[in-house]
Amino acid sequence: MNTNATTMTKIKPRKNWLVMFIHKLGSPPWFYNFSGKLIPWLWATFAALTIWGLYLGLYVAPADYQQGESVRIMYLHVPAAWMSMMIYGLMAVMSFIALVWRIRMMEILMMSSAPIGAAFTIIALASGSLWGRPTWGTYWVWDARLTSELVLLFLYLGVIGLHNAIDEPRKAARAACLLALVGAVNLPIIHYSVKWWNTLHQGSSISLTGGSSIDTSMLWPLLIMAVAAKFYYGANLLTRARIKLLEQDMRKGWVKNVVKEQTS
Amino acid sequence: MTIEASIDAGGAASTGIEAGAGSMNKAFFALLRRDLLLAFRRRTELLFPVIFLLVVISLFPLGIGPSPQLLARIAPGVIWIAALLATVISLDGLFRSDFEDGTLEQFVLSGHPLTLIALAKIVAHWLVAGLPLVLLSPLLAIWMNLPLDSLGVMIVTLALGTPILSLIGSIGVGLTISLKRGGQLLSLLVFPLYVPILIIATAAVMAASDGLPYTAFLGLLVAGLITSLTLAPFAAAAALKISLS
Repeated sequence: MNTNATTMTKIKPRKNWLVMFIHKLGSPPWFYNFSGKLIPWLWATFAALTIWGLYLGLYVAPADYQQGESVRIMYLHVPAAWMSMMIYGLMAVMSFIALVWRIRMMEILMMSSAPIGAAFTIIALASGSLWGRPTWGTYWVWDARLTSELVLLFLYLGVIGLHNAIDEPRKAARAACLLALVGAVNLPIIHYSVKWWNTLHQGSSISLTGGSSIDTSMLWPLLIMAVAAKFYYGANLLTRARIKLLEQDMRKGWVKNVVKEQTS
Repeated sequence: MTIEASIDAGGAASTGIEAGAGSMNKAFFALLRRDLLLAFRRRTELLFPVIFLLVVISLFPLGIGPSPQLLARIAPGVIWIAALLATVISLDGLFRSDFEDGTLEQFVLSGHPLTLIALAKIVAHWLVAGLPLVLLSPLLAIWMNLPLDSLGVMIVTLALGTPILSLIGSIGVGLTISLKRGGQLLSLLVFPLYVPILIIATAAVMAASDGLPYTAFLGLLVAGLITSLTLAPFAAAAALKISLS
């Protein structure tokens, strides 16, 4: 017993602080406390960046010489589309970690990401079709990017649907993780086959961006909004994960302590 | 003979599976034989996907109109989409009865790799549900007024593509098997994954009917078949393990 304790103290300082930090994040009470401290900052940064980005995008930046005022939809549309893809990629990484090392926090984070990713996909599709009406003259074109974004939405809905259909939380999360991984393997194939299908069937369709020559007065608001979207994801993700954690651990000691602390 | 065979089939192929020490090949073929035998014991069920396919295809001319040119134009897409639907409908039975009567758990306990067992069941599923679609495709092509030159390509794409459908579908079935109404969810899970196959297969047939080279598309289908044959059984086995836990 005693020797054990001494060896423990000897080993501990050797560990890298980052490794220790990640180990600690796997513990539900520690994660709960840490994310609780982080969330207000994430929301605040998100709000500040959004206000700044929207101010630059809606007032400072000029209207496009071809697209007119409707170009401003881009400041919402492009960050949402980027997020929709980034979140699916992150979900695949989280799923891999969750399945291989069986870390419950990763399962929770992965399942908390899915609705946010799906929402960003819907925002990207809806804002894209609203933009398409004045620019292309139609709400929907079977453009390669629109089509693969739509398939991505179906993949998100599949993961969410499977998770909600299984009652036992751990089993539901593991099944959803496996499906997300299978989807991630398929996603590049889907993307390229759709892209190539589009060129095959439609000839040259209208390209979404007017080339890479974007003016800096338009680039800045776009980048700021993109960073703001990432903070939104972080804040929303941690908020959701905390709620999920409380639900799952309802009967555990640490949750009772949390409730006691907050009510007293 | 029939009674003996059906007992053998019902009793989880007692010779091959439970031998344990026997070779993996033996277990694979014993399971394949058992699944085929069980399928042929229920011949009406065997015909459901085929009849479904015929009914769906016959709805298209009724809905769109009998114009031969229009039908010829949409024929590859229509036949392939009907094949996707027929596959998904038959997929639900892939592991269902074995899961419900506990045979699947016995397979896991048998000591043989679950990947091998999944593969045997997928092969059996394709022979029962996929192959009839391939054999039926000439009739469908005539109904849809598909040019006879591209009929050969149509058959080849179906022969290469339907095994991929069974393989990828088995992952979805493995994930939804423990659910009471898994079938509806299954279609949501697997249809997005079927998108590339649909695109490549129909592109091959369309290229053939336009007189364009199509071998590259067939090459892509072969690549898809090899990839899914090597990866999908592992994913299906992992899915089954999650569902059985």
